[in-house]
Amino acid sequence: MLDLLSDYTIQTVAMGAALLGVSSGVLGCFAVLRRQSLLGDTLSHAALPGVCLGFLVAGTRDLGSILAGALVTGAAAALVVLALTRLSRLKTDAALGVALSVSFALGVVLLTYIQGTGNASQGGLNSFLFGQAAAILRSDLWIMGGIAAASLALVAALWKEFKLVSFDPGFATSLGLPVVVIEITMTVMVALAVVIGLQMVGVVLMTAMIVAPAVAARQWTRRLGSMVVLSAVFGTVAGVAGATLSATARGLSTGPLIVLAISAIVFVSLLLSPERGLLWEMARRWRDRRSLRGRQVLTTLHAMAAEHGDRSYPAELGSLDTYHGTDTRRVLARLEQRGLVRPVTHAPETTPHWELTPSGHVEARRLAADIEGHQ
Amino acid sequence: MTDQLHEPQLALHVEDLTVSYDGKPALWDIDIDVPPGVMAAIVGPNGAGKSTFIKSVLGLVKPTAGHVTIFGRPYGTQRRKVGYVPQRSSVDWDFPTTALDVVTMGLYGRLGWLRRPGRAERETALRALEQVKMQDFATRQISQLSGGQQQRVFLARALVQDADIYFLDEPMAGVDATTERAVVAILHRLREEGKTLIVVHHDLQTVKSYFDWMVILNVRPIAQGRVSEVYTADNLRRAYGGQIALIEREAFGADAANAAGSGEHG
Ligand SMILES: Nc1ncnc2c1ncn2[C@@H]1O[C@H](COP(=O)(O)OP(=O)(O)OP(=O)(O)O)[C@@H](O)[C@H]1O
Ligand SMILES: [Mg+2]
Repeated sequence: MLDLLSDYTIQTVAMGAALLGVSSGVLGCFAVLRRQSLLGDTLSHAALPGVCLGFLVAGTRDLGSILAGALVTGAAAALVVLALTRLSRLKTDAALGVALSVSFALGVVLLTYIQGTGNASQGGLNSFLFGQAAAILRSDLWIMGGIAAASLALVAALWKEFKLVSFDPGFATSLGLPVVVIEITMTVMVALAVVIGLQMVGVVLMTAMIVAPAVAARQWTRRLGSMVVLSAVFGTVAGVAGATLSATARGLSTGPLIVLAISAIVFVSLLLSPERGLLWEMARRWRDRRSLRGRQVLTTLHAMAAEHGDRSYPAELGSLDTYHGTDTRRVLARLEQRGLVRPVTHAPETTPHWELTPSGHVEARRLAADIEGHQ
Repeated sequence: MTDQLHEPQLALHVEDLTVSYDGKPALWDIDIDVPPGVMAAIVGPNGAGKSTFIKSVLGLVKPTAGHVTIFGRPYGTQRRKVGYVPQRSSVDWDFPTTALDVVTMGLYGRLGWLRRPGRAERETALRALEQVKMQDFATRQISQLSGGQQQRVFLARALVQDADIYFLDEPMAGVDATTERAVVAILHRLREEGKTLIVVHHDLQTVKSYFDWMVILNVRPIAQGRVSEVYTADNLRRAYGGQIALIEREAFGADAANAAGSGEHG
């Protein structure tokens, strides 16, 4: 393991993945909260033609020009989406879909054209489709790190503005904030996150890195601040895990491994997180149902006793089951533990019977009063 | 200063305002004046343009024509004097934040760029939450608040704005009678402090008891002025048109019942 960590390539890969995880985790939060998850998808697919154009202009696989190209076409796609929704009757999701497919088609055409030219250095371009961690150089880290640091600094400086515009853009406008400018800034930052992840994850799966850490983090927290931090942590863990795996196990592509790692985190979060998790929800519903059943049985026993004018009226288990349409034995056992009912025999019948204890009567009366209070 | 005050004696002055969505007018050639210190109801049927009116005054939608002044100056220069309570349904209440944090947002305009809310802002926000009796919910996640509690958080956020004129879009929608009384009490107190309140209101029955000024709107302004003069069957019929049978029962049936009950004649 130590051996692994001291490996130069793997160190580079891990640092790149960490940069990607932090920046896409942080910037993805705002996209997800503004219900713009699909925007990440469009921006990342729109990066492909930019990658190709950057390559054509530079003539080599120079990361700087490739990323610049990706940023330009990503931003252009975002503008097209904005124009389509403002000027035509297309809804945002349709406009995003149109921009996504058109620009990705354009990218694939350019990619195949470059491959056709037989340029010797084109070999690396394919890796931008699904990502290839091993292709990352130390010098690339400086570019990625610079972009990440700049966008994180922007988030820190404009924290309260980003929060307000994400939560209530109308109110932000009434305060005089330049909401459109801030929204464009947030969109550009998503494009920056995409650019950072291009080499690592590739354009096809990059959207998962924008959306998934934020979705997972949302499950565990109640505040934007902790959501953003947690999202960065999740993104980093998934990025490093996936990238390290792919760098050690030859032949496994990086992007899909990273996405599988973050998907696992999302899955666990959706299932296990307190309050919002699926299991938590099921447990709460089960508890509610259980306590409701108990109250119903208590009320029934109370009503039967009242009807017969006998405070210790023994109710037959069978009649309770029939009345509630379910097996009440376990409910009664729980009520017995709480000292609210007790089993009795009622000769000559041999079947089990139950009656309310004095505290059971008190509890049943309290429940009845509660229900009336609510009406 | 060279700027000319335009109708400075009016809290809100709207002239020739026209707003359209996709070429369809939502407001058509509106002139509305509201004097300072009144609590004005804006009423009208669904789709009459009430929300659009508030949004265009606040610059949230761009009018195609017309102009708006607040205390004699354009809105852009008067922001610090304006408070706003949007329709509750206009935001996502599942946003990860607390009630106190939402209230603090009312201070962002005054804080300006780069400065973060500190202890003073927190204190101000807590006091506003106390005024709306929500202090116990300060750290509560907003998704865990009831509709009425969310409405009160929005009201508290407007209170910290410490404005001279408030615009409220249906602050009484979907709240129970207790909350409605609490909201009205706060609005009345603001009016007593000399603030102007402009409230989109959907319940014709309570207009007379809550408000002293009234604007009836249906794409065009139907009538405006003191409630006692404007609240007539004729005006309401002109605004609500086809729904008039229902409206008359709602607006005047209850009045008749009140009059019979208390021996008053209004
Ligand atoms: N963003 C929008 N795009 C297109 N049309 C809109 C938009 N907002 C409002 N409208 C239309 O403008 C008209 C006025 O809408 P507005 O929301 O101002 O009405 P309202 O009086 O507030 O109604 P309600 O009582 O239902 O709240 C309606 O016909 C509505 O369909
Ligand atoms: Mg409205």
